[in-house]
Amino acid sequence: MTIAHDDFRLDAAAPTMQTMTMAAALNLALADAIREDSNVVVFGEDVGALGGVFRITDGLTERFGEERCFDTPLAESGIVGTAVGMAMNGMRPVIEMQFDAFALPAFEQIVSHVAKIGNRTRGSMRMPLVIRIPFGGGIGGVEHHCDSSEAYYAHTPGLTVVSPSTPQDAYSMLRAAIASPDPVIFLEPKKLYWSKGEVDTSLTHDLGTARIAREGTDVTVLAYAAMVPVALEAAEIAASEGRSVQVIDVRSLSPFDDKLVTAAVRATGRAVVVAEAPGYVSVASEIQARVFERCFEYLEAPVRRVTGFDTPFAPPKLEHFYLPDADRILDAIDSLHFTESDEES
Amino acid sequence: MQDHLLPRDVPVCLIEKDGTARGDAQYRMPDADHLLDAYRALVEGRRINDQASALVRQGRLAVYPSSHGQEACQVAASLVLGERDWLFPTYRDSVAVMGRGVSPADAMVLLAGDWHSGYDPAEHRVAPQSTPLATQLLHAVGFAQAAKHRGEDTVVLALCGDGATSEGDFHEAMNFAAVFHVPVVFFVQNNEFAISVPLSRQTASPSLAHKAIGYGMPGQRVDGNDVAAVLAVLGEAVDRARAGGGPSLVEAHTYRMQAHTNADDDTRYRERDEVRAWIDRDPLTRMRAYLTASGALDAHAEEQIAAGAETIAAELRAALNADAELDPEDLFRFVTAKRSPQLEEQWELLRGEIARAAASDMSTAGGSR
Repeated sequence: MTIAHDDFRLDAAAPTMQTMTMAAALNLALADAIREDSNVVVFGEDVGALGGVFRITDGLTERFGEERCFDTPLAESGIVGTAVGMAMNGMRPVIEMQFDAFALPAFEQIVSHVAKIGNRTRGSMRMPLVIRIPFGGGIGGVEHHCDSSEAYYAHTPGLTVVSPSTPQDAYSMLRAAIASPDPVIFLEPKKLYWSKGEVDTSLTHDLGTARIAREGTDVTVLAYAAMVPVALEAAEIAASEGRSVQVIDVRSLSPFDDKLVTAAVRATGRAVVVAEAPGYVSVASEIQARVFERCFEYLEAPVRRVTGFDTPFAPPKLEHFYLPDADRILDAIDSLHFTESDEES
Repeated sequence: MQDHLLPRDVPVCLIEKDGTARGDAQYRMPDADHLLDAYRALVEGRRINDQASALVRQGRLAVYPSSHGQEACQVAASLVLGERDWLFPTYRDSVAVMGRGVSPADAMVLLAGDWHSGYDPAEHRVAPQSTPLATQLLHAVGFAQAAKHRGEDTVVLALCGDGATSEGDFHEAMNFAAVFHVPVVFFVQNNEFAISVPLSRQTASPSLAHKAIGYGMPGQRVDGNDVAAVLAVLGEAVDRARAGGGPSLVEAHTYRMQAHTNADDDTRYRERDEVRAWIDRDPLTRMRAYLTASGALDAHAEEQIAAGAETIAAELRAALNADAELDPEDLFRFVTAKRSPQLEEQWELLRGEIARAAASDMSTAGGSR
């Protein structure tokens, strides 16, 4: 089904500020990108008639036609590998991996080709493709549906790895990812798909930047994705106990915003890194190491990590034991060598 | 019911190994001019293979996976493509890459260790040579999908070897290509070995071309040492793809006359008698016999062709004997379009190390220490 051009303009003329879920914000970002650039195509498993298992691509095939949003055979390496070829030939594919662990058959394509073709060809071929991966737990999903694979991707030179925690960032970051000349691993925290917030479609985003989610002076909590609301909850509780907690939404896992994070931790002198992935050899470890290297002389206490355990992701009925919660973050904050004079200040 | 999709029991052959022509109801013999061009390319390809192997022994190339014995496949792969078409080659397909106009020196950059690819893909319509097996077949499919999306009549020729047909990406590429009906020709150079593992360990199917029917596309087998037959069969597949007939699979039966690379010892996994038997089927001698008998090739033309090949070999030697100017900042320059602050810091670190090393060299040279 084709939509007349005027309909698009009607859409574009709609109010740019509205409250919506993260899922709706992502859907809007895809629709706006498809409309604005004829090279943008969306494909994957079940993204067409069904609109994706999380409905992120809802209505796109209906609105823009099969050429712009289509289902593929069930084959993740095939989805990524053909997206590579399309990007080589001037298109901007935005592909969906359905669930985090389902992306693993495509890992070779992502690491060996998506990440490297620009470098291999000295920049003459770029890879402007976006790989959307619903990731993380907290939704009661069964095995292979709740993994946190961000460290694998962040470890790979050439990949930009980002994860939004608000509908606003979901919209602006996905638009920026699609516009980027470099390949972006776009991690969507499943737990936050249905969280609501205001979205201003005129706001742009510079990938590679962190965001101060809450101001505070005693300690900096660094979190990303579904852990940001948990960190904010902990900060709220801490505030009721008289402690001022700053929360930073890291949101760009690679590259990392050293500038903002370093300045923030130097100002508070204490830091806790929160992530739901296993902590061993993780993005949280990397953030912790960077903060130590850059802020050591300003620190009042060791930088602590609060992460998932080094176990395979928990079965649904045990996941609440696995996932970091506000209490675990508050315990970590309490261990940061606060003295009575700190409490008073 | 699906007879038109099935390959033949016996590979298509238009010129016998002794040089005599064989009639074929389906595939026409290419004309004499075309065959003479192909013969010239065969001689040049052989010379390049031998020169590159020599350069490995001299330490000028890190490694060279020779296509000696497979030149008919290499030559045909470049000759059947039009200017707007694209080639997706593997590491063993350097001769086909050069057939698309990439200079020998640029084609050898990967193997010399100067960079991971030495040519601009868009300039020659040749994707970077792929080292992982079968992954490039999917790129070829996606590339063709994009061309089809824009209504261009580009055909994409994707090369792989027999070992690659065992990989999951081979299956996914064939399946995607057939489902989306894209203009791709998959060309398998079955040279009997994946490093040391024989074809019997790659597949139990009657032939690799038979795999095509499972995807709903035509498959064909061709004598890979008969350049006339490879040109005819590949050419037909390319024409069909261009006309909207969709993808197909061509399997060339050929043989890798030399070891996988210089790091390989092929005496451990195959008998010399087996290798020697293939000398009788050499693609060059076969075509030379045919062209000489038909009067298209005489001693004078032979000399000219040999001299041309010598010039190419000399260029290759000269290029590789001159050390390329390398810039360490290139390590950081192309990782992403926009260089991250982390990479800027790391380049500063390396730059400092280089500057200190240079200063130390100078002071040592001046004897001041």
